[in-house]
Amino acid sequence: MTEIQETELPGVGVLQAFDTAVGSRVGVLTTRSGRRELLLYDEDDPDSCRARVRLDAEDSVVLADLLGGTHVVDAAASLQRLEGLAIDWLTVSRSSTLSGVTIGDSAIRETTGASVVAIIRGAATNAAPGPADRLAVGDVLVAVGTPDAVASLTALVESG
Amino acid sequence: MLVAAAQTEVTTAFVQLGLILLGLSLAARAADRAGFSPIPLYLLGGLAVRAAGLIPARVTDDFIGLAAEIGVLQLLFALGLEYTVPELSRELRRNLRAGVVDLVANFVPGALIGLLLGWSPVAAILLGGITYVSSSGIIAKLLSDLGRLGNRETPTVLSILVLEDLTMAVYLPIVAVLLAGAGFVTGVVSLAVALAVVGVIVAFAVRIGPWLSRMVDSESDEVTVLVVLGLVLLVGGLVQEVDVSAAVGAFLVGLALSGPVQQRASTLVEPLGNVFAAIFFFVFGLGIDAAAVPPVLVPALGLALVTAATKAGLGWWAAGRAGIGKHGRWRAATTLVVRGEFSIVIAGLGVAAGVESRLGPLAAAYVLVLAVVGSLLVRVDRLPAFLDRTGRRAAPV
Repeated sequence: MTEIQETELPGVGVLQAFDTAVGSRVGVLTTRSGRRELLLYDEDDPDSCRARVRLDAEDSVVLADLLGGTHVVDAAASLQRLEGLAIDWLTVSRSSTLSGVTIGDSAIRETTGASVVAIIRGAATNAAPGPADRLAVGDVLVAVGTPDAVASLTALVESG
Repeated sequence: MLVAAAQTEVTTAFVQLGLILLGLSLAARAADRAGFSPIPLYLLGGLAVRAAGLIPARVTDDFIGLAAEIGVLQLLFALGLEYTVPELSRELRRNLRAGVVDLVANFVPGALIGLLLGWSPVAAILLGGITYVSSSGIIAKLLSDLGRLGNRETPTVLSILVLEDLTMAVYLPIVAVLLAGAGFVTGVVSLAVALAVVGVIVAFAVRIGPWLSRMVDSESDEVTVLVVLGLVLLVGGLVQEVDVSAAVGAFLVGLALSGPVQQRASTLVEPLGNVFAAIFFFVFGLGIDAAAVPPVLVPALGLALVTAATKAGLGWWAAGRAGIGKHGRWRAATTLVVRGEFSIVIAGLGVAAGVESRLGPLAAAYVLVLAVVGSLLVRVDRLPAFLDRTGRRAAPV
């Protein structure tokens, strides 16, 4: 468990900081007025801050969301991997041989062993793509399979 | 006829006050642009107006004089508002040693120079106070502006400032008693009374603080401003009545307020307080004859040099104790050098009591030098290479 060091700053607020796994120091200063500052400490002079970002209440929520959201995805992915299954998000590149081809014609499952379980196009998500669905450049494919199968699909989708 | 005469007087007062405030606004704007505290410019403004012979008739009594007095109360009130009692007692327990070292290292040089100049002991004690207290107002602003609030040396710096401010709460009543000029026995008695009053109010503030804060807190901005200003003036006046400085009363009112009302009071009342404080600095400058400055320039500069060094030494040492590296220690050292508003408050007390004619000019010169030099010094972010010998000898703790 990461240890968070908390320091009270009389007249200002509270400073909380911790050292990351690779040794960078990150802090959050919460002032009495509720304003927050995200602080990144300098590696040469660990007592001072290399950068600071001022966050109002809403910014803090957004940042926490982003970090928290990634955390959930990470957790889901690692859970999948535990069961000998890999899951990945792949973007169809311009040079990919799959662009303009339907899922049925592409024979993805037969050639790579991985399944496309969803297609994300812009804001729309097709959660149950059928053989007639056609792939386009920029589509994000959610692929599931053994790690090897997903890797070979990755090669097909991203470089062609 | 009488009405007409009074009318002219009001008109003149409006014009004078308007010109003064506009002048101060120019000073504040220039200082803000340059990223410095406006206090030196306010002082210089007062000095310049007097030197140019523009001194407005009766400007130092009546309203403007009163406004300046209120300015002192506002400064101390704002200071008390920054802290809560638990914070103060925690800092006191944790950093008592640094506080004592600070007091000795920075009070003694001022007091000694005062005595060497042949001043009375009271005037020397005032000068000691002037050299002792760093400007928590300027320093807090600098730390925030320079983005150093998150730095690891900052808690050390703030602790020292807290202890100095707390010392002021004891020092000001002592000075008030000394300035009242009573004999030894009456002096000791009134001192005991004064300190007892401070103690009682602090205890009272702890007890009724939450209750008072709830009472004062109101949805209406107007109510908040009126109640807070009223409390500050009332307590200040009552406390002055028993020979404790009114400023201490204002400080204690600020201390007693906590929670949401603390935040509201600081956003609503402080801008108004800043106006009064600016007038206070201006009036202090106005009270100084520019011709009286050159004769005290040498002691002022000497004192500035010595007490910049002692204060920096204290910061270096205290940050070292907290395990800060050399660059952080350098920042702690240079940050604390700035003297400002409280030195002027102390000098103002002495000038008002007329203890020593050279006190005002010397304090003004001293604060001008250290407010400017200190604000420049603080911007040197890292220990300059020519001073960096500790790095080669041994790694800092």
